[in-house]
Amino acid sequence: MKPFDVVDGLTVPLDRANVDTDAIIPKQFLKSIQRSGFGPNLFDEWRYLDVGQPGQDCSGRPKNPDFVLNQPRYQGAQVLLARDNFGCGSSREHAPWALEDYGFRVIIAPSFADIFFNNCFKNGLLPIRLDAVILDELFRQCETTEGYRLKVDLAAQTITRPDGEVIAFDVDPFRKECLLNGWDDIGLTLRHADKIRAFEEQRRAQHPYYYA
Amino acid sequence: MLPQTLYEKLWSSHVVHQEADGTALIYIDRHLVHEVTSPQAFEGLKLAGRKPWRVTSIVATADHNTPTDHWERGIEDPVSRQQVETLDANLREVGSLAYFPFMDARQGIIHVIGPENGTTLPGMTVVCGDSHTSTHGAFACLAHGIGTSEVEHVMATQCLLQKKSRTMLVQVDGQLGRGVTAKDVVLAIIGEIGTAGGTGYAIEFAGSAIRSLSMEGRMTVCNMAIEAGARAGLVAVDETTIDYLRDKPFSPRGVQWDAAVAYWKTLRSDEGAQFDKVVRIDASAIAPQVTWGTSPEMVTTVTGKVPDPARIDDPVKREGVERALKYMGLEANTPITEIAVQQVFIGSCTNSRIEDLREAAAVARGRRKADSVRRVLVVPGSGLVKQQAEAEGLDRIFIDAGFEWREPGCSMCLAMNADRLEPGEHCASTSNRNFEGRQGAGGRTHLVSPAMAAAAAVTGRFTDVRELSQ
Ligand code: SF4
Repeated sequence: MKPFDVVDGLTVPLDRANVDTDAIIPKQFLKSIQRSGFGPNLFDEWRYLDVGQPGQDCSGRPKNPDFVLNQPRYQGAQVLLARDNFGCGSSREHAPWALEDYGFRVIIAPSFADIFFNNCFKNGLLPIRLDAVILDELFRQCETTEGYRLKVDLAAQTITRPDGEVIAFDVDPFRKECLLNGWDDIGLTLRHADKIRAFEEQRRAQHPYYYA
Repeated sequence: MLPQTLYEKLWSSHVVHQEADGTALIYIDRHLVHEVTSPQAFEGLKLAGRKPWRVTSIVATADHNTPTDHWERGIEDPVSRQQVETLDANLREVGSLAYFPFMDARQGIIHVIGPENGTTLPGMTVVCGDSHTSTHGAFACLAHGIGTSEVEHVMATQCLLQKKSRTMLVQVDGQLGRGVTAKDVVLAIIGEIGTAGGTGYAIEFAGSAIRSLSMEGRMTVCNMAIEAGARAGLVAVDETTIDYLRDKPFSPRGVQWDAAVAYWKTLRSDEGAQFDKVVRIDASAIAPQVTWGTSPEMVTTVTGKVPDPARIDDPVKREGVERALKYMGLEANTPITEIAVQQVFIGSCTNSRIEDLREAAAVARGRRKADSVRRVLVVPGSGLVKQQAEAEGLDRIFIDAGFEWREPGCSMCLAMNADRLEPGEHCASTSNRNFEGRQGAGGRTHLVSPAMAAAAAVTGRFTDVRELSQ
């Protein structure tokens, strides 16, 4: 996993609540057996005017000019502002894969769906929960300021606005450490292999019917 | 000892290790696997030179991509076929407790086959790369969906990194009215608490109305816990649970069964256990539900109307409703019973079990699909459900009514296979998600119970099933 440290990124506002994983990456793209290449199909149904097919070259497809990601001023964005319950719906990790592949490193919303929130951390993507009132202000500034950038510092747990205002955010210490170091969860867990084995043996003795 | 909730009992009996900030390693008893969210995990495992920790925890099937008709032709879509063949190859290589491949007599939707084979047992932790894993919580399992990285993590370590959830009790007391089913109960709950209402919580469903439900009904309720934002739904063990599990293919037998049952009976919240949040619902006040929008919380009763955004003060909410109505092609204040449907889908891990098919058949019996309805798909959840339904003659009732009787699979729940809506079509669907494009690009999904779906099929529009049934 790519380590995360500081991202000073162009910011794009996606002003709708309950953005679900079907919207983030529609199902036809889940047929892939790869982990990469989902970026061109991020928000496919909103971004393009036609219906996308897996494996298709997206460069010539008609784009929806009204969709925020298509506006020239937001090209190359790395920070996504979103609304409540972002990432609700299915557990598909293809959603964070698509966001990451597109170039996003940070998503800021008042709330996230649990599974999506979890999946982000496994893919070098930082989801930040922020108070809705503070976020409203970011939305307002971002929409009215061309080239609006936010500087996100994970170690310091701060977001710095272009006007110098610093906003603190929370993150689980364990997740923070993993993300800062780009640690592989499996490797970390296997350091406890002996404990897992001991637990398993005891469980097998106590509840043999789970080990048919 | 302090009284404990069911969730706390399940949690504490699976903690292997805990970090200082509360992040815990949780031991996983059952790992359910399907073709969509597993290929990258198997590949990651192989690339890292790792072996699965305990292959006998794995129960697998192919369900999302598989066709529901013309099985003799195989899987015609080459991309889908590759995904299913990749699953076959992976399972052949690593092994499993049980694998029900495409066309196997016991193949079906992963959340249907787990319980019906007795591979989902009370007290287990159950995970699957699929958000509707919450279904299995109906058996007092700690069951939830995980992402593909976590699928790989569970395969390699038999554990999952987790933080403890908060606990919510949804207490549904009273008697359900005639024609009101488990699906209506859970839609009403979501309407009440919202799609993010359960975020960060594990929800325990309790109360006399939940107790009175069959296991099928409880699975329907827990299935949609995720639609209320909760990763896990739970129902305590009682005689209904134990009766269901007796003599299932993988259920314990003999003395093992007796020992298991003795333990399972402790799997309920203790008297006086504290929940972080409690929601009370009066079962007798619940009417048949229909969703009108693009999120499961956009729901009302069949006697209700589509809302009027002009009457909503919160601007974000108002805009959400406006956008949903535009997508759904609906005018504000339209009575639900005036919405016509062009397709009907009876199936999915929410409502494709035998009891669901019986409910739909009871309405379809002796009636005909309305001419204005283009297609009615009835898709059993598994090969075993299909067999049972055919033994009861339900297939005949559906076919006589002009419905299509299909092979098991996820089908038009998410339209990864050939079963899908055309743009603009309205569908009465027994599935769990009405998101934009879920059942086909531009398709308009209305979530309902199997009985309500059958009622829409025979009348061509949403109809109060209580007025139809004799
Ligand atoms: S039936 Fe639908 S919700 Fe259930 S597992 Fe299949 S696709 Fe997912």
